[in-house]
Amino acid sequence: MISDKTFRIDGKKIPFQDGDTIMDAALRAGEYIPHLCHNPEFKPNGSCRVCVIETNGRHVSACNQPAIENMEVDNSSDAIMNLRRSLLQMLFVEGNHVCPACEKSGACQLQAVAYYTRMLSPHFTHFFPCRDVDATHPEIAIDFNRCILCKLCVRASRDVDKKNVFFISGRGINSRLVINSPSGKLGDSDVAVTDKAVAVCPVGAILPKHKGYEKPIGERMYDNKPISIVGDVAAKFSSKIYSKDVSTK
Amino acid sequence: MKVIKSKIETLLSETNYSHDLLLQYLCSAQYLYSYVPERIVRLFADKLDIPPAKILGVVDFYAFLHREARGDFDIMFSDSITDRMLGNQALIDKLCMKLAVEPGKPRNDERVTIDVTSCTGICDQGPALLVNGMVVSNLDDTRIDLIGDLVESSTPICDWPEAFFVVEDNIQRPDMLLSDDIDNGAAIQSLINDGSSTFLEILEQSGLRGRGGAGFSTATKWRLCRNAQADERYVVCNADEGEPGTFKDRVLLNSYADNVFEGMTLCGGAVGAEKGYLYLRGEYRYLLKDLEETLQKRRDANLLGNNILGEEGFNFDIDIHLGAGAYICGEESALLESLSGKRGIPRDRPPFPVTSGFRQKPTIVNNVETFLAAAKIAVFGAKWFNSVGSEKSSGTKLLSISGDCSRPGIYEYPFGVSISQILDDCGAIDTQAVQVAGAAGETIPAAEFGRKISFEDLSTAGSIMVFNQQRDLLDMVQNFSQFFCHESCGFCTPCRVGGTLMRNLVEKVAAGHATSYDLDEMKNIGLVMQNTAHCGLGATAANPVLNTLNKFPDIYTTRLAHTGYEPAFNLDASLEISRQITGRDDEGAHIRDE
Repeated sequence: MISDKTFRIDGKKIPFQDGDTIMDAALRAGEYIPHLCHNPEFKPNGSCRVCVIETNGRHVSACNQPAIENMEVDNSSDAIMNLRRSLLQMLFVEGNHVCPACEKSGACQLQAVAYYTRMLSPHFTHFFPCRDVDATHPEIAIDFNRCILCKLCVRASRDVDKKNVFFISGRGINSRLVINSPSGKLGDSDVAVTDKAVAVCPVGAILPKHKGYEKPIGERMYDNKPISIVGDVAAKFSSKIYSKDVSTK
Repeated sequence: MKVIKSKIETLLSETNYSHDLLLQYLCSAQYLYSYVPERIVRLFADKLDIPPAKILGVVDFYAFLHREARGDFDIMFSDSITDRMLGNQALIDKLCMKLAVEPGKPRNDERVTIDVTSCTGICDQGPALLVNGMVVSNLDDTRIDLIGDLVESSTPICDWPEAFFVVEDNIQRPDMLLSDDIDNGAAIQSLINDGSSTFLEILEQSGLRGRGGAGFSTATKWRLCRNAQADERYVVCNADEGEPGTFKDRVLLNSYADNVFEGMTLCGGAVGAEKGYLYLRGEYRYLLKDLEETLQKRRDANLLGNNILGEEGFNFDIDIHLGAGAYICGEESALLESLSGKRGIPRDRPPFPVTSGFRQKPTIVNNVETFLAAAKIAVFGAKWFNSVGSEKSSGTKLLSISGDCSRPGIYEYPFGVSISQILDDCGAIDTQAVQVAGAAGETIPAAEFGRKISFEDLSTAGSIMVFNQQRDLLDMVQNFSQFFCHESCGFCTPCRVGGTLMRNLVEKVAAGHATSYDLDEMKNIGLVMQNTAHCGLGATAANPVLNTLNKFPDIYTTRLAHTGYEPAFNLDASLEISRQITGRDDEGAHIRDE
């Protein structure tokens, strides 16, 4: 049922239905709100905070806040973009993100959103944490250096694959992605390369083996067009989500 | 060890293998083994059908749960700023030296572990420590020496001097809540006599607002819960009193537990809930036995259970759940997660607990003091309560006062009392600043001592920490930023990473390496945390820095290096390893400051 309720993002009218979050309505209307931990196939998580918007003097995350009739959303002011850029920079210094050496470069959502927010450097002091690479699985490698704790693999493994392979452990800055297997390694877990949990990783943390650099740098999805036009790397229907822009591709 | 395992298996079967109780099971294992052994994790995983990694995720979330064996004597020094002001660091060093222990690591013979923990709520009788969950207060050199001997001789805790474990109530200024007594059952009886609607009107007229600091109208909350469509409702008492410098709930649970349970039962009757939970912070585990006994007495007196006081269909009972060292669980939605045996990650809001709380059912979460106040209002009426206080803050407030004053302890004041009045009463002289509302609260300079405790001005759950002119307030800022770093749940980027960056910059200031550029950085990071964090902890975690940068800029500017920019590390010191490897120490192997 089509509802005639609307609100505004940067002055532009956005129709919405009861139960929509701000993000739901924006995605449907082809209005890009930067995000990392959100994937419309899953229940919102709200942890990366990159989709922060301002409405009625309050800052909220668009992915989990209900749309309200006639609300005015600031999605693009300098103040909002500055907050998002700082969050991106925080994620970059927290892990070890070496884009030139990463297989995912050019098709990485973290990198693409960083470009979108005009991030030119990590700015903050790097933490340089000591994190492992787990290559024990014959078909999948996981590089914890690149994990941004979006929980998409956790959610996909639990809700879609029904395997519960991934969990978050620890607390605070020691929070980390862990694997549910006797050794704690991927090799003896139930994960399969065809799992949703593998496909859904927005960064270069979970990668299928044996197919490196299939698409050359320069031809990757974000190499020539920004994420606001191309859509999410792991989106099932990315070409439909931002329909208005993709038609120009 | 087999005996312990069968104890745990009995516990599991007696409680029907409840997922909600996972944290309670883990606390039992920790208590019985001094850690949560791998095989017990596997046992829980099998019996409860929960993935082992998920259980380990819970273990790793809570500071009081350990995966490695602790010592037979697991000693944790309270490391709040008030403990530090009372000299806890010298005492920690002394005990570590005496017992030859490295902090945080069990001694080789597994006799003892010495560690620090966040504020244990003994601020008026500090420095304090926890040994196997028991509080030892008023630490000094003599007590530390004795503790060292008792540990070396493996004297069981039950044979330690009783005086060690005395925790006084220290009620310095009682007012109506602490002095106007009610008989057990009187509040419940008046609810039965008046009916819920009338009682909720009385509660509304009283003007009672939540005592946890946020100040939401209690009557409104209870009505919302009562009116929410549901087959079950719950009442939760938030006794996770973790805000540094707060200890009034400890006193209420020690000496006024009946009133608190009475208030919870009253709430159950008023909103239509049949089950209540007291979420007791792990630091207060030593109160558990007495609290359980009080509950049993109330069951025996038909003040809990079925058909309470003969009223057909008035059923309500209370269970106690323990926390395990996580400040974030004082946030109501994180508390509800923890109450369900999970990691204490705050939920998205909406929905709010009044419509979707424990087990996704309408749930009242209120502070200990709120329940006590509600019970007394039910007996003495709205006017008794709202005839004192200020316009928007009726009644009184319990304050926990500690720091530089001669009479620390519990003070009950009508709302509207000024800071200077409080300072006079508690014997504080030469005061530089007062920290109101704990680590996330406000740092009040002398020029603002006319300000008043109330929801209109300084809202607080009751923490008041006093700092005299001799104190370096940067010590406080360091302690608080470390505290928030340690207590961040890690869920959202700004608190997890921003909080750590902030802590590191505070350390940089303290080390004398910071520049004015770094102060601007701290303001920016603070802004990001305030505006983008997922919950109240993250949004306020930068407060101690932002407040003092604003009100006490000298504690920063006097320490700045006189350059435009300095890196976070010392260039010359970073070359030390290379110098050692190459055996060089000549001028060319150094980078000297210009």
